[in-house]
Amino acid sequence: MSNYAYVIWIPLLPLLSFIVLGLFGRRYIRTASGTVGALALLGSTVLSLMAARQYFFVDGKTADTYRQIIPFKFEWLHFSSQVSIDMSVIIDPISVMMLVVVSFVSLMVHLFSLGYMKGEERFATYYAFLGLFTFSMLGLVLSGNLFQVYIFWELVGVSSFLLIGYYFSKPSAVAAAKKAFIVTRFADLGFLIGILVLAFYGGTLDITELIHRLSSPQSPQFLAMASAGFLGLTALSWALVLVFIGGAGKSAMFPLHIWLPDAMEGPTPVSALIHAATMVVAGVYLVARLFPVFSMDAAVMQLITWVGAFSALLAAIIACTQTDIKRVLAYSTMSQIGYMMFALGVAKIDGEQGLGYMAAMFHLFTHAFFKSLLFLCAGAVIHFVHSNEMNDMGGLRKKMPLTHLAFLIACLAIAGIPPFSGFFSKEEILTAAWHSNKLVFGIGLFTAALTAFYMFRLYFSIFWQKESQHHNDHGEGTVSMKLPLAVLAVCTIAAGLIPFAHYVSADGKPLETSIDLGFSAAPVVLSVLAILIAMRFYKTENERSAKFAAAAGGLYRGAKRKFYIDELYLFVTKKIIFPLVGQPAAWIDRNIVDGSMNLLATVTAAVSNRIKGLQSGKVQAYALYFFGGIAALTIFFIYLWK
Amino acid sequence: MNAVPLSYILFVSIALFFIGMYGLFTRRNMITMLMSVELMLNSVNINFVAFNKYLYPNKLDGVFFTVFIITIAAAEAAVAIAIIINLYRTHQSIDVEDATDLKF
Repeated sequence: MSNYAYVIWIPLLPLLSFIVLGLFGRRYIRTASGTVGALALLGSTVLSLMAARQYFFVDGKTADTYRQIIPFKFEWLHFSSQVSIDMSVIIDPISVMMLVVVSFVSLMVHLFSLGYMKGEERFATYYAFLGLFTFSMLGLVLSGNLFQVYIFWELVGVSSFLLIGYYFSKPSAVAAAKKAFIVTRFADLGFLIGILVLAFYGGTLDITELIHRLSSPQSPQFLAMASAGFLGLTALSWALVLVFIGGAGKSAMFPLHIWLPDAMEGPTPVSALIHAATMVVAGVYLVARLFPVFSMDAAVMQLITWVGAFSALLAAIIACTQTDIKRVLAYSTMSQIGYMMFALGVAKIDGEQGLGYMAAMFHLFTHAFFKSLLFLCAGAVIHFVHSNEMNDMGGLRKKMPLTHLAFLIACLAIAGIPPFSGFFSKEEILTAAWHSNKLVFGIGLFTAALTAFYMFRLYFSIFWQKESQHHNDHGEGTVSMKLPLAVLAVCTIAAGLIPFAHYVSADGKPLETSIDLGFSAAPVVLSVLAILIAMRFYKTENERSAKFAAAAGGLYRGAKRKFYIDELYLFVTKKIIFPLVGQPAAWIDRNIVDGSMNLLATVTAAVSNRIKGLQSGKVQAYALYFFGGIAALTIFFIYLWK
Repeated sequence: MNAVPLSYILFVSIALFFIGMYGLFTRRNMITMLMSVELMLNSVNINFVAFNKYLYPNKLDGVFFTVFIITIAAAEAAVAIAIIINLYRTHQSIDVEDATDLKF
């Protein structure tokens, strides 16, 4: 066992940055806060890359299989000899991969924010929150215990809430933060119950041990879970569905996706970090983490597949109609996460059938780069134009050459055009779907074409269409803003060339994959066609898109209003939950719970009001009571007490 | 030796106690009330000494109690007089009827 002790510093450095900036940032460190935060993240990134190098190339592999390494484990809460909660750090291919992604993207966002957030009143607070988020996310990735996962899960939720509500003087930002918190909190309730059911039957919260016990069909724990039933589903299915609800809430899967588009009220670099690259894929990561258990239950895997596929399609349709560029990106994030989910859903644990698992992780990896690049480019554009609306933009390609180039690369990557990274991961996902479920493959293919369409609609609307009316007052951005764009653009091009399947697979054994050119022809041709349509519609100002929208009629209007899902939620909460549950509960609280307390207080007050006259202030009256009492006691003890 | 019966002494003690109690209830002057309390204490002292003498002639416990009570009564008188002096300074009176600031 080699020494991985330094891994603990990867999450601790951002925590340190959070504590230092949180305590001293605003008053003492001020504008240097950004540098402090970025340096801490630089340390984390270097350590993550070291860990990745050591794990993947030096000593992670034994007998051709990547194994799990637990460098840290200590008992945190001891309840009895059987029940205790441990804290541990787990190192395996996906956690190391996530370490690199999270710390790297976070570093890029820290750098980008140096320019983007410059001059903000709460600059130090912003960096402190970023540190908190990065710490929580890295902790989540490394957790070796389900309870520990849950703690960090809530921590990322809180830091996401804080960052969405960063512009707290804007009512819409406050509402968005609240919405994100409540929706994910609601999902987390399912997650918590799922954890408890798993722990109850599995007898442990330790992930490695739990997987070991629950993934063999003969083990007593598995048999107990598979035989115990409730409302027609086995305990295992219930636990996994509940855990998946938690994951779906964080990953913005239908129908718990409503918070993600609103979360775009936060600063744009935050959207790049939290709502594109890291936190929203936590749900995918969770399913991947417990994948051996999930793969034991085919029904739950079907559920994951369909939720993922449906979310991917729905989000892609909505994305085609939105005009706020960040919202388009938010829906495209949701759509891409849907891809990862259904890739996981169609996968199985061993060998070739584990392709979906590997594809989901690969897409998570490449998506982190190109989506954070897209968001950072959007941030640069918003910084330049001072508006989120597509209609206020246009013709920026000459004003912002670097941003233009980076955005184009990212768009090509997300559209799945070779040789950019998105192509490789999307191919793997589609291949996995093809071998498992043709209908899901069809949805995936159609969504891929839609993705290409809406991304290029965005691209042409921002950078072409009309001539720019913006006079160049402060240039494209500072060096600290351009550098992350360039670095991420390089990663976006290169990430797909990594032979990912050699390192990450469902059972730890390297997988041989090849891109079948005949197979990839269909998605690529469809994407190119979609790009051409987008070009015809949006490259110059014309009436074609409006005519098309009119022809699509109801579908267009529905998609533009996000299929009324928000309205449906509002209807359910305001018209059904509030009057039927909320108001009776409030009545009980006010009249019965508070009422009994008030009654107690009223009675006490009335009694004391009656007897307060005894406190007359006459010393001799008191003496009389005293002697009277003694006399009464004396008589009692002498004559009455037998 | 036992020329005086115990009941005589107890009678004196009870008389002294109720004289003190009467004084405590009727007088409004705090110094007089303090003196009444001292009378009651002393009636208890007489009881202690008398019972010690008549019931347990070989022991001294009752006498010791008396000595303690006298000591504490001295300390108590000091505290009480300090209170009375302070009361006089603030109210220009040592009549208990005037000291009614803390009543309801």
